[in-house]
Amino acid sequence: MFLLEQVVNGLVLGGYYLLIALGLSLIFSIGGVVNLAHGAFYAFGAYVAVALTEHIGFGPAIVVSPVVVALLGLLFERFILRRFYTADPVLGLLVTFGLAMMAEQLLRIIFGAAPLSQTMPQSLKGAVFLGDFLFSRYRLMLLGVVAVVLVGVWLLLQKTPFGRVVRAGIQRPDMVAALGIRLQPYLTAIVVLGVSMAALAGALFAPITIVHPAMGAEIITVAFVVVVIGGLGSFWGVVLAALLVGVVRGITIHFVPAAGEASIYVLMFLVLLLRPRGLLGERIEKFE
Amino acid sequence: MVTRDNQRKVYNRRKVLQAGAALAGVSALGFPAVVSGQSNKIKIGHLTPLTGFLGALGAYAQLGIRMAEEEINRSGGVLGRQIEIISEDSVNPATGATKAQRMFEQDGVALLMGEINSAVALTIMQVAERNKRLFLQIGARSDALRGKNCNKYTFHVDIPNTVMVYAVGKALVRDNMVRGKKFFTLTADYIFGHDLLNAAKRFFAANNGNLIGDELIATDVTDFSPYLLKIRQARPDVVCSNLAGNQVTTLIKQYSEFGLPYPIVGFNLNTADAWAAGEGNLAGTWPTPWYHTLDVPASKTFVDNFTKKNGKPPENHAWIEYISLKMMAQAMNDAKTTDNNKLIEHLEKQSEFDVLKARKAYFRSWDHQLMQEAYPFTVKPKGQAKDRWDLIALGGAVPGASESLEVLAPTREQNPCSMSS
Repeated sequence: MFLLEQVVNGLVLGGYYLLIALGLSLIFSIGGVVNLAHGAFYAFGAYVAVALTEHIGFGPAIVVSPVVVALLGLLFERFILRRFYTADPVLGLLVTFGLAMMAEQLLRIIFGAAPLSQTMPQSLKGAVFLGDFLFSRYRLMLLGVVAVVLVGVWLLLQKTPFGRVVRAGIQRPDMVAALGIRLQPYLTAIVVLGVSMAALAGALFAPITIVHPAMGAEIITVAFVVVVIGGLGSFWGVVLAALLVGVVRGITIHFVPAAGEASIYVLMFLVLLLRPRGLLGERIEKFE
Repeated sequence: MVTRDNQRKVYNRRKVLQAGAALAGVSALGFPAVVSGQSNKIKIGHLTPLTGFLGALGAYAQLGIRMAEEEINRSGGVLGRQIEIISEDSVNPATGATKAQRMFEQDGVALLMGEINSAVALTIMQVAERNKRLFLQIGARSDALRGKNCNKYTFHVDIPNTVMVYAVGKALVRDNMVRGKKFFTLTADYIFGHDLLNAAKRFFAANNGNLIGDELIATDVTDFSPYLLKIRQARPDVVCSNLAGNQVTTLIKQYSEFGLPYPIVGFNLNTADAWAAGEGNLAGTWPTPWYHTLDVPASKTFVDNFTKKNGKPPENHAWIEYISLKMMAQAMNDAKTTDNNKLIEHLEKQSEFDVLKARKAYFRSWDHQLMQEAYPFTVKPKGQAKDRWDLIALGGAVPGASESLEVLAPTREQNPCSMSS
């Protein structure tokens, strides 16, 4: 039973990693840029949500914050990221890394180094009991939100004309172009989608984590690990990896607390050793 | 037709991932904020964490020392010279030590001040001793620094762990929360936390409290939920925090989120971390070296001036940096020199300093620890706070007005400090 608690808890944590890692993976898969500034959008999401909560309330702030940050993402794609799709990938890494640092300092200048506080409504606090099984009510709600977002993104990619072009663009951009389809608008849309998912994660987690300038830098490493474990180009690979990372961390803390944080890197090491392409990574021609 | 997409270069996935991992790793490191100037001033090196889990406290520390610097310079400086604070992010133990050495060698500082992180303070203390130069260690609380690692060249301002434990412990014993109770502790996994856990263990043993579980938590952990589930499995009577910096904020928020029924207390808290947790999340009994609502005239003047200047009240690290520079300026004026050995001799005379509290403070000669009052506090009931800074109700000062300031401090027998000169 105790272990079950840790497994469920790990799944929630995995869901949180997932919101960030999925966007990172999509942007990399189709654009070929590892967006190290992705964590910054997560931080923006949290800060905007905290700032908005004073004016429009907790719930609306969670909905509006990703929209506001999505607009930032649009500008980011239009004026910066777009120039690096065809460039040497190291340049993309450097520019997004630089942006991540700028974003962190910007948050420090605007909001100060001290963490901001975000309090959730009293009604969402507390634990849910199922017999002897205890769980945080707020986190269960988060799990529900993540599931909805996940299904939404999956339907978008699998069942719509938009998704077909995106998937084709990941595998064979040259073929997409040969069919007379410009990939550029789709890239923009994917970046905006990924960025707003990161912002949503920030807004949702603001009440239970610390809203401080370096929060983006903290999360990007784990998100990156999830993407590597899951494998590129695979929707379910990222999902599986995120949940696995959450659960492995929880179980490790249960038995060997000291190894909790190291466990996810050990997991990455093992996966890369046995399956260098990641758990469900597909063979993508342009990356080979 | 050729589009841009067709011209996409073929590149190597492995290379991208390697570089990405390297950069993601680098992002965990800090970047320096260098501020320096020119001479004929008395330069004082100042190191404090501006990034990482203590970064928020370091930001307050800088505000505090800058304010003291301005006030001192406006009133004519020290020994007729202006003072200049050279303040940098100490980052981590290795970087902190390197910067300390550089400040002595290249920047020509008269002495060093600062620090909050006990692990970094320890390495800077070693640099000070090697160079035979003065280090006023302001904000780190580990007992070991003024105990087995003490040295002649370092003086300590903040209240050590053992005293913080006793300050809260007295209130807990009074409220019948120790004898026969089962405690579960969460401890910051570095020298400060280990040290605090030892002090807590001694306190539990002396007062018949039972420690039934402890978890060491790395300073970069942002999700405490697995630990909270373990606490629930252990079903303690009281949960006790030995955490540091923004770990405390995370604990308070997530503890409140899970709504565990066990009362929570703590042996270490800095008010910035409590403010960050927000109203309605903090509960329990905690210690503090100072709070801005303290009812002492000099303290109120300081709070007013600070709030006017910075738009927010000072946190305890702003206060302690402010009084530390003021103490050092007074010591230089009284000793009429910046010569480090003479300053050390002067401080060892146990001269008294105003630290904006009811009683004056002094550095104890044999372990260089500032003897001063501490305060246990409880959290104000919801609705009673005047503003979002007004979270806590201060208890009476310990030691009490009739007691010696040294009653809570470790005695010569208890403290393994021996200084070779």
